Amino acid sequence: MPEAAAPASIARPDGWQILKRNRAALIALGFLVGLSLIAIVVPLLLPAELKVTSSASFVPPLQHAEETHALHLLGTDVNGQDMLYRLLSGARVSLGVGLVGALISLGIGTLYGMISGYAGGRIDGVMMRTVEVLQSVPRILFIMILIAALDDYVKEWVDGWRLAAQAHGWPRFATAMSDLKAYSKVLVMIVSLGLVEWLTMARIVRGQVLVLREMTFVTASRAMGQSPWGVLRRHLLPNLSTIILTYLTLTIPAVILDESFLSFLGLGIEDPAASWGSLLKDGAQVINPLESKWWLLVFPALLMSASLLALNFLGDGLRDAFDPKSRD
Amino acid sequence: MLPFLLRRAFSSVIVIFCVISITFVLARITKGGPFDKEKEPPPHIKEALLTRYKLNGTVWDQYTAYVGSLVRFDLGLSTRYRDWRVSELLQQKMPNSFALGTLAFVIASCTGVFLGSLAAMKKDTWIDRSAMFGALLSISIPSFISGPFLIAIFALWLGWLPVGGWGTMSQMILPAICLAAPYIAYVARLMRNSLLDVLKSDFLRTARAKGLSETQAVARHAVKVAILPVVTFLGPLAAHLLTGSMIVESVFNISGAGMIFVNSIQNRDVFLLGGAVIVYCVLLVLFNLFVDVIYTLLDKRIKLYA
Repeated sequence: MPEAAAPASIARPDGWQILKRNRAALIALGFLVGLSLIAIVVPLLLPAELKVTSSASFVPPLQHAEETHALHLLGTDVNGQDMLYRLLSGARVSLGVGLVGALISLGIGTLYGMISGYAGGRIDGVMMRTVEVLQSVPRILFIMILIAALDDYVKEWVDGWRLAAQAHGWPRFATAMSDLKAYSKVLVMIVSLGLVEWLTMARIVRGQVLVLREMTFVTASRAMGQSPWGVLRRHLLPNLSTIILTYLTLTIPAVILDESFLSFLGLGIEDPAASWGSLLKDGAQVINPLESKWWLLVFPALLMSASLLALNFLGDGLRDAFDPKSRD
Repeated sequence: MLPFLLRRAFSSVIVIFCVISITFVLARITKGGPFDKEKEPPPHIKEALLTRYKLNGTVWDQYTAYVGSLVRFDLGLSTRYRDWRVSELLQQKMPNSFALGTLAFVIASCTGVFLGSLAAMKKDTWIDRSAMFGALLSISIPSFISGPFLIAIFALWLGWLPVGGWGTMSQMILPAICLAAPYIAYVARLMRNSLLDVLKSDFLRTARAKGLSETQAVARHAVKVAILPVVTFLGPLAAHLLTGSMIVESVFNISGAGMIFVNSIQNRDVFLLGGAVIVYCVLLVLFNLFVDVIYTLLDKRIKLYA
């Protein structure tokens, strides 16, 4: 039966319909889309004077700076940088690192899980033992060591490109590289987090592949002479897509948490780049009972918690809709 | 049981060995050595220091020297805190992290099991819904956000607990709650789902039929079975509490093992880093082993196969 390949023909409610009835997940999705758009667009529209450091440090929210008379909606930090701008560029970095890091881990995990599950037997055994060993390694410690090791190499590499570009007289490329150098830590964070976070994804994908590969349409496809790669790509991947999407949504908050964790400890994102974690670090440093600079702590905390809550709501909603094991 | 323990011990040693090797090599190929300061020391002094700490030669030479000393149960000297042995530093700092972790562990497991059971017994009521929303909320609020807010509310505003310091129980409560909060949520969710499954089972219907009230039936029969997935989670939980305490230690200014770890990475203090990693891994492996053993004691159907 050719239609057996389409998951919709199996007699159960369509996952998308379940998701559409989940109001909390839809609100969460709307919030995340809105936040991403704001974080991308609004910094482009802000006046240039808000994007640089100024002498007006610790201006409370909704007040004008004394010298420049610029309005700071969310106040300024110790270096006189506008909090709204910092918060939104922090959102760009945090959400970006979360998304790209999760995508890298998704790529590795999916490939690994598919190979392991489809190959089966001894290969599967070895590959899954490896995952178990890696899972017993304290993850966050490993990321820290990896970041420390990679950071200087990447900085040097980017710097090498900048010098080469200057020597060849490509000013555009040279400026791009010197801009990139300031953000090189972001690059390192993305790679390190992506390299470490793929384990859960690999296990989930493998479990699904073990079920799928026994299905008739896979046997039929193999009987018709499809190569193993062809089967994986044409038949298994489409059937895995929803569960991959679900765990992508659940990996993003985990990556964001790890990133902010490291930035809070001062091992992650560093100036001039900002992330929610590094903003919270700055906010926590100025907390004291005498003179409360609450806006430095409250705004990043609210935005970050709300985003993580939304991602978790969305992830739970997707899991209820698409993960057959989690359904009652 | 004994063959199982032996096999686990063997694979644990291999895991720890791999982790140590990767840590050491990564730490040594990282740019910047332990004796590089803003004011570069004269080459011959730097060389003498490197020789003293067995950090000259190729990375392979250094690695074999390090493994050689580890085999003799020698963690080496700290390159940053001169004349301190790594083991002395760890002995001094570990108890603080350990006390904090234990308290958080007790809070997380007890509160989590209680809230989860409550939510399952009152399924689809406002109690269930608010408990599960609270769980999602506390998973979404990292400890470096909840920490400063807990300090602001309970210490600065209400004045119930001290702002900082370390040693007395009242000083430990806020950090422990802050550390435990997300894990209360994980435990509660696990407990709720597992108890919901058990509540449907036949033996519980029998318990109800023989006249036990719902609370009695749950307390006497259901919890014992439903708690198994939670027990499996206790191993990873202990591990998370160990590493999670890094943030809490930095928020509450506690001098514990977490700060050792962060500082040793920044100072390129390779032996201290290695020592801390070993302690973390050994604890982790021990917790997981402990959980496996407890598991068989609780569920008689499971046998530990060698």
